[in-house]
Amino acid sequence: MNGSEKPPIDPEKEKRKIKSVKRMKDIMTHYYIDAKTADQTGKKVAWVTSGGPVEPLIAMDVIPVYPENHGAMIGAAKMGVDLCEKAEEMGYAGDLCSYARADIACATVNGGPIGGLPRPDMLVCCNNICGTVLKWYEVQARYFKVPLFILDTPFNHTEYTPEAHAYVRSQLDEYIVFLETHCKKTFDHDRLAEVGRLSMAGQRLWQQVLDTTVHRPAPMSAFDAFFHLALIVTLRGTRTVVDYYTELLDEMKTRVATGIAAVPGERYRLLWDNLPVWYRTRWLSDKFAAHSACLVADTYTSSWCGTLKYLDEKDFLGSMAQGYSRVYINIGTDQMADMVVDMVDKYSADGLVIHSNRSCKPYSLGQYDIQRIVQEKRGIPSLIIEADMTDSRSFSESQIDTRIDAFMEVLK
Amino acid sequence: MEAIERFKEICADPKAYARRWKEKTGGKVIGTLCSYAPEELILAGGALAFRIVGGSGGISRADAHLQTYSCSLVRGALDDALNGEFDFLDGAIFPHTCDSIQRLSDIWRMNAQTGFHLDVVLPVKLNTTSARDYMTAVMRKAGTELESVLGKTITDDDLHKAIGIYNGIRSAMQRLYIIRQDRPGGIAGSDVHAIVRASMVMDRNDFLNRLTRLVDTLERQSEPESVDNKRIFLSGGVCNLPDVYGIIESAGGTVVGDDLCTGSRGLTGLVDTDGDPLDAIAGRYARRAICPAKHAGITSRGDDLVRMVRTTRAQGVIILFLKFCDPHAFDYPYLKSMLDAEGIPSLLVELEEQTASQGQFRTRCEAFMEML
Ligand code: SF4
Ligand code: SF4
Repeated sequence: MNGSEKPPIDPEKEKRKIKSVKRMKDIMTHYYIDAKTADQTGKKVAWVTSGGPVEPLIAMDVIPVYPENHGAMIGAAKMGVDLCEKAEEMGYAGDLCSYARADIACATVNGGPIGGLPRPDMLVCCNNICGTVLKWYEVQARYFKVPLFILDTPFNHTEYTPEAHAYVRSQLDEYIVFLETHCKKTFDHDRLAEVGRLSMAGQRLWQQVLDTTVHRPAPMSAFDAFFHLALIVTLRGTRTVVDYYTELLDEMKTRVATGIAAVPGERYRLLWDNLPVWYRTRWLSDKFAAHSACLVADTYTSSWCGTLKYLDEKDFLGSMAQGYSRVYINIGTDQMADMVVDMVDKYSADGLVIHSNRSCKPYSLGQYDIQRIVQEKRGIPSLIIEADMTDSRSFSESQIDTRIDAFMEVLK
Repeated sequence: MEAIERFKEICADPKAYARRWKEKTGGKVIGTLCSYAPEELILAGGALAFRIVGGSGGISRADAHLQTYSCSLVRGALDDALNGEFDFLDGAIFPHTCDSIQRLSDIWRMNAQTGFHLDVVLPVKLNTTSARDYMTAVMRKAGTELESVLGKTITDDDLHKAIGIYNGIRSAMQRLYIIRQDRPGGIAGSDVHAIVRASMVMDRNDFLNRLTRLVDTLERQSEPESVDNKRIFLSGGVCNLPDVYGIIESAGGTVVGDDLCTGSRGLTGLVDTDGDPLDAIAGRYARRAICPAKHAGITSRGDDLVRMVRTTRAQGVIILFLKFCDPHAFDYPYLKSMLDAEGIPSLLVELEEQTASQGQFRTRCEAFMEML
């Protein structure tokens, strides 16, 4: 195509575009500018894991920065392979989590789509998502020579024990002492209560946004959710998130009312499991849409509102122990399978698409059993896509293309 | 030496040993997946702890449950379990360690027929007071659960006895390690491997007696066998390959120390004998040589490694772990750079399936020895 010629505008496509996208991009741009200029504004920066307890940081006016969100941006910008290879040159095995590899390499060269993350003043690592983050944050603590706080949330194979609760609860107090020490100011508990309320409001709204897809046709797809997720992850506990999701929810409701579908002529409704394939979201979205299939929900984006039932506005700090310990991938495989079955029912899914993600062992090991359980309980077909969220070397387009076609044949 | 022959025999077929033990004693056998399994409690409950360190080769059934990017230990162990090779187990205990073992526990619980299933969800942090309290609470919980599945009350007296036996084993192992360190060649690396493997499956009282006699004898042999082999320290994860020692030895090296999961890591540190026994057991777990899936400070493993290399006067370090092992793979670059900074040469060996990479390992070992 000649670069000076603009492609003709397709009014159908324009109508289907989610208008809030622009606002979201603006918010994220501002957020990253704030974070990257923190040294000039005198604010402290904490790097925190995606499932980590961010509310106390917000209450302390610390800017939270998420290497995993950055990893997703690196993946979407198709810069993952370069950085992962760089980490491998540094001695990190090629089968380690590609977020970790990309981030570890990026810190040394300030590469990636935004020229690297701002230097942390402290690191906050919660292992409710994996053991990888513990090792990864140890690497960064050695590299940046900054204090590391670990919130250790014991894994819940079959139960959430009182012993674990007491342990996590006391660590939350230690966390506050850690913040007081490194921010050199006292912690404001009233402020945390307010941040907690906003966090819960944000989570509730996010869940409502995701729930709009119970409608046929779904007004948005999981691919949209992957994009709009960034706010609940990075700015949870702020007014910005509440305002933004209020607007997004309105837009979704309007789309439902006016019958605007994410996938025109939606015929098949699918459920996605695991992280997105960041460097191929567009391709996958188009691929499924070409079969009139919409990925109406996923297990990933709902993780940031899945523990609302354990949170308590009246005792936010105390309830954080349970809220952060019982997240989706910190529970037994059979409980995860039950949740998938519930999602199949809730969103009337006709099939399950499982991303077997080499990078993420705690999320991916056990998927075969989940697949079997869903098959036994609901009898719907499923497809396994072997890939990696950021490192595109593990993605075989032709093979996946064929498998999707075959899977859709089964559904039809 | 008679004791070593016995250990080697057990090491060659640990499952057969456990079956015979069970027939003879009528006792219960419990499979354990990691060196953080609360073995003192198992012994105090009158059962035999049987450490599972991998599969017996070939993966078929596990493929239906585990992706190819899980380590061979996890895949091999599940394969054996699904093939009924652990039919002698009355139960299995899964201490919480890495992400892969964490999921293996779920998959095992849902699919394997190996009796009762206990998860011992230890803290990941080991260096704080609250983690230490939690560790004790976890031990207490594990004790109660074991009592119910074993149908036996575990008294403080039982615990003290078990602690006594394990402390005896660990002291004797310590003496053995000193022999290995002071008189390399005084005992072959593969013999130490057989002893360590036997320590994980054998009736612990019987093991202690034989080990003590063996160490007494070895200590009396003052005449060191002269060896001019290179002194090697082995660092890393699970090593289920007795041949590793043979290969290192034939390449011109002698192992003078290790920090392996299947080595000194499980066999160091004594349990305090006064005070509450469960708290004392927890205390040892918090103090002993750390596994990379746990946290006791950002350079704790590197500091320990450098210190151990110094005390054992090793000339080089061979770092070995299984392919797809996240905790070890994350630590490798910093361990290497700490060793480099101290001028200690090191060689990384990523082990794949049981035997596949042996030829390559041999060549690389030979090159490494020449370099030292
Ligand atoms: S992708 Fe998986 S392994 Fe990597 S940081 Fe996220 S949860 Fe951990
Ligand atoms: S070898 Fe590594 S990945 Fe495998 S079970 Fe052990 S710690 Fe986990």
